Amino acid sequence: MKAQRLVSWIIFAFGAAYFLLPLIGTVEFSLRARRGVYSLDAYRNVLSDPQFRDTLTYSFVLAILTIVLGVLIVAPTAFWVRLKLPALRPVVEFITLMPLVIPPIVIVFGYIRMYNTSSALPLLGSATGSDILLMCGYATLSLPYMYRAIDTGLRAIDVPTLTEAAQSLGAGWITILARVILPNILTAILSGAFLTFAIVIGEYVLAALLNRPAFGPYMVWMGSNKAYEPAALAVVAFAITWMAMGLIQLVSRFSKQTQARR
Amino acid sequence: MPPPPDRPSRRLTVWLGVVPFLLFALLFLILPTLQIVTGAFRTPDGGVTLQNIRGLMTPSILGALTISLRLSLVTAFLGCAIGLILAAAVTRGGLPGWLRATTMTFSGVASNFAGVPLAFAFIATLGRLGLLTVILRDWFGVNLMAVGFNLISFTGLALAYLYFQIPLMVLIITPALDGLRKDWREAAESLGASGAQYWRMVALPVLGPSLIGTFALLFANAFGAVATAMALTGSSLSILPIILFAQIRGDVLQDPYLGYAVAFAMIVVTGVANLIYVTLRARAERWQK
Repeated sequence: MKAQRLVSWIIFAFGAAYFLLPLIGTVEFSLRARRGVYSLDAYRNVLSDPQFRDTLTYSFVLAILTIVLGVLIVAPTAFWVRLKLPALRPVVEFITLMPLVIPPIVIVFGYIRMYNTSSALPLLGSATGSDILLMCGYATLSLPYMYRAIDTGLRAIDVPTLTEAAQSLGAGWITILARVILPNILTAILSGAFLTFAIVIGEYVLAALLNRPAFGPYMVWMGSNKAYEPAALAVVAFAITWMAMGLIQLVSRFSKQTQARR
Repeated sequence: MPPPPDRPSRRLTVWLGVVPFLLFALLFLILPTLQIVTGAFRTPDGGVTLQNIRGLMTPSILGALTISLRLSLVTAFLGCAIGLILAAAVTRGGLPGWLRATTMTFSGVASNFAGVPLAFAFIATLGRLGLLTVILRDWFGVNLMAVGFNLISFTGLALAYLYFQIPLMVLIITPALDGLRKDWREAAESLGASGAQYWRMVALPVLGPSLIGTFALLFANAFGAVATAMALTGSSLSILPIILFAQIRGDVLQDPYLGYAVAFAMIVVTGVANLIYVTLRARAERWQK
């Protein structure tokens, strides 16, 4: 038993080394911009670069809009399928899993063929149209996560009873969704939202191929033009991912506590 | 008795509830994919042809497909093997409980840490001036370049891919490991089985469908990835998605319809892998009840 524990510790140590070294390496590298001493120059350069602010803001706003669009599409559908159309469930589930099967690069290739300037719906003809297309693309990519999160949330509450209770008090469908169902699955929505945020903020392929000034293409551009700044960007990106994941943990823990108190 | 008069219209209203979703999926998921699939079988003037698919058999595309398949197979296999060992050590190796929680949380983050920043992290660690490269050179006198290691290569890319493959395996296989019941092990031991025999004859057969299914998922995961490879190797290592990326950007194959065929080939590969995953997951879940 003791030997087994020792072996486990050794395995864990190797794993920890493999996963922590690149993180330490990145932080160390990002501090090396000034010759001979550690400094925050790389971060200073990045933060004072207007491109950094513009692209990060662009991706941030797009992530928020994607989350709103995703919730608006997924939440009513998941609710309706649970309540009225259980037979349609496998179909909806299959569609939401498709973005995991079809590589994003193929989906965006389809967009370029379908929405080019000579098509019936020339979204790619204008900057706003391209932004909308990118947002819809991101909402598509986040569909599997959003649907699973919201559906899990709906499973935990008694949808038919809540709906009937609200209806008997005279509520319409929009009131039921917005004031009864949504507040009850808020934590599920938030965890789907943070995951979507983490995906959108650094995404490269869609943004690059639709020619949008997002954070992902900016990072790649920095990678081929600067030495130490990319490491600083990686640290920033990793911090954002950690923050989003940490918020998911926090939100789900918080919801467990409130449920226990009830 | 005749049915209530409002019945048919009611039926219709019920279906109206899923129209926005279906419309969205049609416009931004299904139709774009169909555009690619049909494009792969079309001639420029609209006829039907198999010429584009035949065009895939050129050395450059076949070469890229081979590298992509090899990269996906190697990282899926190593991801599964290392992930399983790591998960087994953390869940049943007698390590303290907080290590397990930490590992799971970290795996959740790391499996989402693909893309451009991952490439930067590996350049900063194992690149020409990376932390590990410098430490090995200055403290141990080992010159990675002289030994033949180059980050911008198949090996380097595989090493980077494992950073999200291993955590994904840990996340998926841990519930399956929890499903291995203690009494199975006790039963095996009371019949005189050694630890190795227990793993070989009881645990691995039970885990089998999970393992192969996850292997397929990891394979598809690596096959469709673009951003990490783009940021790490530029375009010096031509894997299939990078060829497709260059084709979409600037028609490097000089035949747009060949581009659709390449995309179609990618759908076929990831589709088959996912089919295997879904089928085997259903079988694996029998043991987890």
